[in-house]
Amino acid sequence: MHLKSPDDLEQFRTRILEKRKAQDTKKRVVLCTGTGCRGAGALDVYDAFKKALGNKSDIEFKTTCCHGFCERGPITIIEPEGIFYQRVTPETVPQIIAETVKKDQMIEELLYQDPQTEEAIPAEKDIPFYKKQNRLVFGHNRLIDPTQIEDYLAVGGYQALVKALFSMSPEEIIAEVKSSGLRGRGGGGFPAGRKWESCSQAPGDVRYVICNCDEGDPGAYMDRSLMEGNPHRVLEGMIIGAYAIGAHEGYVYVRHEYPLAVENVGIAIEQAHKMGFLGENILGSGFDFDVTISKGGGAFVAGESTALMASIEGYVAEPRAKYIHTVESGLWDKPTNLNNVETWANVPVIIEKGAEWYSKIGTEGSKGTKIFSLVGKINNTGLIEVPMGMTLREIVYDIGGGIPDGKRFKAVQTGGPSGGCIPEEMLDLPVDFDALTEAGSMMGSGGMIVMDESTCMVDVAKYFTNFLKDESCGKCTSCRDGTLRMYEILDRITKGEGKEGDIELLEEIGWTTTEASLCALGGTAANPVLSTIRYFRDEYEAHIKDKRCPAGVCPALITYTIDAEACIACGKCKKECPTKAITGEKKVPHEIVQAKCIKCGTCKEVCPVDAVKVE
Amino acid sequence: MSEKELVRFQIDGLEVEAEKGQMLLPVALEYGFEIPHLCYHEAVSPYGACRLCLVEVTKGGRTRMTTSCNYPVDAGIEVATATENVLRARRMILEMLLARAPHSETILTMARSAGIEETRFPIIDDADGCILCGLCERVCREVVGANAITFVNRGDKREMAPPFWDPMACIACGACVYVCPTDCIKMEEQGDERTIVRWKRTLKMQPCKSCGKPFAPQFQLNWIVDRVQLPKDFFELCPVCRKQKK
Repeated sequence: MHLKSPDDLEQFRTRILEKRKAQDTKKRVVLCTGTGCRGAGALDVYDAFKKALGNKSDIEFKTTCCHGFCERGPITIIEPEGIFYQRVTPETVPQIIAETVKKDQMIEELLYQDPQTEEAIPAEKDIPFYKKQNRLVFGHNRLIDPTQIEDYLAVGGYQALVKALFSMSPEEIIAEVKSSGLRGRGGGGFPAGRKWESCSQAPGDVRYVICNCDEGDPGAYMDRSLMEGNPHRVLEGMIIGAYAIGAHEGYVYVRHEYPLAVENVGIAIEQAHKMGFLGENILGSGFDFDVTISKGGGAFVAGESTALMASIEGYVAEPRAKYIHTVESGLWDKPTNLNNVETWANVPVIIEKGAEWYSKIGTEGSKGTKIFSLVGKINNTGLIEVPMGMTLREIVYDIGGGIPDGKRFKAVQTGGPSGGCIPEEMLDLPVDFDALTEAGSMMGSGGMIVMDESTCMVDVAKYFTNFLKDESCGKCTSCRDGTLRMYEILDRITKGEGKEGDIELLEEIGWTTTEASLCALGGTAANPVLSTIRYFRDEYEAHIKDKRCPAGVCPALITYTIDAEACIACGKCKKECPTKAITGEKKVPHEIVQAKCIKCGTCKEVCPVDAVKVE
Repeated sequence: MSEKELVRFQIDGLEVEAEKGQMLLPVALEYGFEIPHLCYHEAVSPYGACRLCLVEVTKGGRTRMTTSCNYPVDAGIEVATATENVLRARRMILEMLLARAPHSETILTMARSAGIEETRFPIIDDADGCILCGLCERVCREVVGANAITFVNRGDKREMAPPFWDPMACIACGACVYVCPTDCIKMEEQGDERTIVRWKRTLKMQPCKSCGKPFAPQFQLNWIVDRVQLPKDFFELCPVCRKQKK
């Protein structure tokens, strides 16, 4: 079916909606098979459903990609009631069909339980994790099988494209995006409309648009989940952008470690071609546009715009100086507009609902919503989408459900590996581009790693600096050797070999790395070190001066002992100790022979009465 | 052809003039300003890796630190070559470079004149003097055209090496030896063999038909003959004998 006009599209959409309306009240099983749920065994659950339902079932079975609450995967939703089942296994599938689907009976064990009230919550919409979110961009994921373009059309897909192509001029689109206040979601936060405008005005006939899906932050997977779960939305944003800028060729740059994203966007491009959303004379508008997938090798630095363009051209991904901006001379020296997945995915809703509507969401300087990957020491791990300006406290406690095991919140690391750590006293900070930068961190692409009292901030800084020294492209001395030298010093400090002057030296190297490096990655590579020194200097000092790790993490600086009075002499720790460092008999309190102890922490983990102490 | 546009701007308060878009470092050097630099060479395109040629540039009221080797000059910019920030960053960078090339006279001299006697950083394991400036790679690619050297790996594991560690494309011309600022690429000649030690490339040299002295690697001469499409016997004589014959 090739759609040749907006009317064709609307007729086609009406047919889909009519067909679906008839099925609306029928039972449907929706299973998330995004990468997160796959990791938890969703494909086995898929097979089990297929087997149990057979081919001739009148129960609709649908797979989608990520819904966001990945920690509870595999997630299954029973529609039309919207019952949320978590951690579904193949064994429970027959029961789900027999009881819930056929008899409307709830299976208590599969329901989400409120950690505070311990009450089971049957409906997805009532779960606190979802309740406070504003899923403007991410919300459609749970309604869409990414391999079915009809699903995207059913939720109003490509409506914005029609509006853009047939009732707006390129200038009007750019003006709309400008006044929406949309800022780039990939890290820099540059106003998207201004970027589009510069690119559209740059001299030359050939222009490119690029979608950056190189997301390289450890633990962050917003872009992957959008690309896997709703690729048409990203494509629609790109087509609108290309039309506004005057580009006829686009690239999706995606890392090869994202096989499902590559697959799904590939299918989407093929479908969009067949139906007339891509290719020549899109929907009869006279506008031509095509998209090619370019797979990256997975270097962190390849997400930097100039490095990414070098990579598409076939060179090593290495940033270049940007005295001439990429909007004037980018890919193959042509004017190029690059935005990340989430930025592109925001475009359709801006065009559809208008800048005025969109700019009501968010803060003065940061409009719209932002998707974060909320991970670390937090009860509800997953992807969340919130309006800009929500406080960290609301994110961590209301959506994230607080810290597990009653532990105390310590810091949240935002902005990916080169972001910074924000301490407890700043929990009421509204999360937007400017507030985070002012706090010494950054929005980045939206990573959020929560840390509790058992996290050592020196160890955290060391972890991220190690990542950055491996992932620096290695060109600038100040970044390559700066990250290396900071790592060496942090390593020494965590091993109890820190010395007077180390903190000052770290600050000095950090300053040089920030100021003297070429690209934004070098410019932020010292953030983990500098922000932890800024907010947790006492922890550094404890390591260096007192040879003590207050969080009890750095093995060289801690001692495990057994509290003889608390010990019930059960023998568990003695049995599990890998170095046989624990003495004692049944009924004789155990003791750790320090010379043999390798500080692995196993005894503390297995002790049933918490008699193992760390100091 | 439009004429090149000349622009006026300031370096350390001095009014200077240059073609718009020319890189700042060569202009400043021409005017006699001293800006230390290691990865810049006039024969190849600027790269901005060593970060020593940092200066502060004020443009449109905004001041920022930037490398001068790849900064295109523009009218009205104000350049400061030795601000406190510039010197501070440069000192740290020199300490870092010293730990990579502790015996390089060039770097030792630069460090001393910046007030650095020794580096606080442990010397890199197997420090062989390479500071990863990439001059060898650029001269081999841009000037020679042999593409026999490349960057390998990233981050602190980065190194200069022949592609796939196989020097098969190296013509042992010695251009890399010539441009290397720390002299860490050595060339040796023994009998009728020339070796570029760092790339482990040994090639047999062609003897001069007249004096019999080996004068250049056979592989290199054939490569040039092929590339420039010279007569096959073009390099029968060594440069000295050829001159005499004329």
